[in-house]
Amino acid sequence: MKAIRLWSARNASWLKKCYAVMEGTLALFNPLLKAIGHERLDKPFAAVEGVVKGFLFDSQSCGQCSLGETGMACPMNCPKTLRNGPCGGVRQNGGCEIKPEMTCVWVNAWEGSQKIGAPEDTIKIIQPPVDNRLKGRSAWLRALRLRDGESA
Amino acid sequence: MKFDDEPTPGENLPVLPGHTSPGRFERVLRAGHFAVTAEIAPPDSADPADVYERAALFDGYVDAINATDSSGANCHMSSMGICSLLTRRGYAMILQQSCRDRNRIAMQGDILGAAAMGVCNILCLSGDGVQSGDHPEAKPVFDMDSISALGMVRHMRDEQQFLSGRAISAPPRLFLGGAANPFAPPLDFRPHRMAKKIAAGAQFIQTQYCFDIERMKTFMAQVRDMGLLEKAYVLAGVGPLASAKAAEWIRKNVAGVHIPDEVIKRLAGAEDQKQEGVNLCIDLIEQIREIEGVSGAHIMAYRMEDRIGEIVTRSNALDGRAPWQPAP
Repeated sequence: MKAIRLWSARNASWLKKCYAVMEGTLALFNPLLKAIGHERLDKPFAAVEGVVKGFLFDSQSCGQCSLGETGMACPMNCPKTLRNGPCGGVRQNGGCEIKPEMTCVWVNAWEGSQKIGAPEDTIKIIQPPVDNRLKGRSAWLRALRLRDGESA
Repeated sequence: MKFDDEPTPGENLPVLPGHTSPGRFERVLRAGHFAVTAEIAPPDSADPADVYERAALFDGYVDAINATDSSGANCHMSSMGICSLLTRRGYAMILQQSCRDRNRIAMQGDILGAAAMGVCNILCLSGDGVQSGDHPEAKPVFDMDSISALGMVRHMRDEQQFLSGRAISAPPRLFLGGAANPFAPPLDFRPHRMAKKIAAGAQFIQTQYCFDIERMKTFMAQVRDMGLLEKAYVLAGVGPLASAKAAEWIRKNVAGVHIPDEVIKRLAGAEDQKQEGVNLCIDLIEQIREIEGVSGAHIMAYRMEDRIGEIVTRSNALDGRAPWQPAP
């Protein structure tokens, strides 16, 4: 799992582009998805997301994905679930304060964000606190709703 | 120092134009003085006398006192309790609020309560993980993080609303702070993280222990180039080390504290290691003052609080200025 997660951070740039293409494609089908009903589709979508993002990013399925802003490293793997950057406890070797054997999620996130690069320096955007109601729900469908200017 | 509009102890100063709090700590910084803050050791007791005695060690030496929020995830008297007791005697308190133990409902209630008790400064922290303390089996909350918590307090103060949008009739008038650790990886991200804290609402920053002056200089140059020092005051964290052995232990066991080898060598070579730890702290304050843009020193003298007077006096950190202290 660790190897795949690190690979994903190293390949953050094109993975992010892949997602943008996928979201664009999904958006084309959104009228159909809406006709079926996002509510009805949420469970199957969330299940697919859970498998794909779980495999690639060790995603914890918070339902409000910020991978694009965190260098493709899931911040919910941080034992403190910090979404705005590393705490002050990161060890000199980059290890997590709480789980020393694990590299700090934000060390990976920073490396990943540097691969994504400047014009999209999204790691500097302030992330709002987590909406705990969204846990386990589909972040992809939510992104489509946000795209349409609807409330998530 | 006393201000012309000095209130009776337990009441706050008037809020000056351009200030956000009625506190003396904001006044000292905005007046351009080199500020000194110190961390009070929270007692493991319910006796207010323990708090008063520990605060009295700082009388005449510090501008504000930080009350920690069960740091290291070890249980102690709460920051709120200590701040409430000491604000009533007139002390300028910095309430530390970590995200480890309370969700957003509890935190917002505490912010109003603290401001009502006369607290003028809040330092928002993520907090140490529960695993590092004496109750590792506890549930870590982390509903917010330090940056979203800063945004929340600023929203309460400036928009006069809870996070939910519900109105607050009298907003908390606060001076907001965050922490920074210029010494922990990923080093290149650290200035940007501080920028995020300032964008979220931080008006002052207190750093982790600084034992590596070169690294501090680099960090300060970075944040200065980013224009952050026009938006927030930086107080460098310092503290005396009790011995070379203690320094080794801290380096190994306290995550986020970076102690270079030369520091340990200097302590190990001294006849009186404890005194050398104090001397080193004084040297560091003098060197930190030379760095452009540092607005103060934050002294964390864990179990050596009685040496703070000597540290402040010998380093001349106050430039002969006499901070407020309670009437004898």
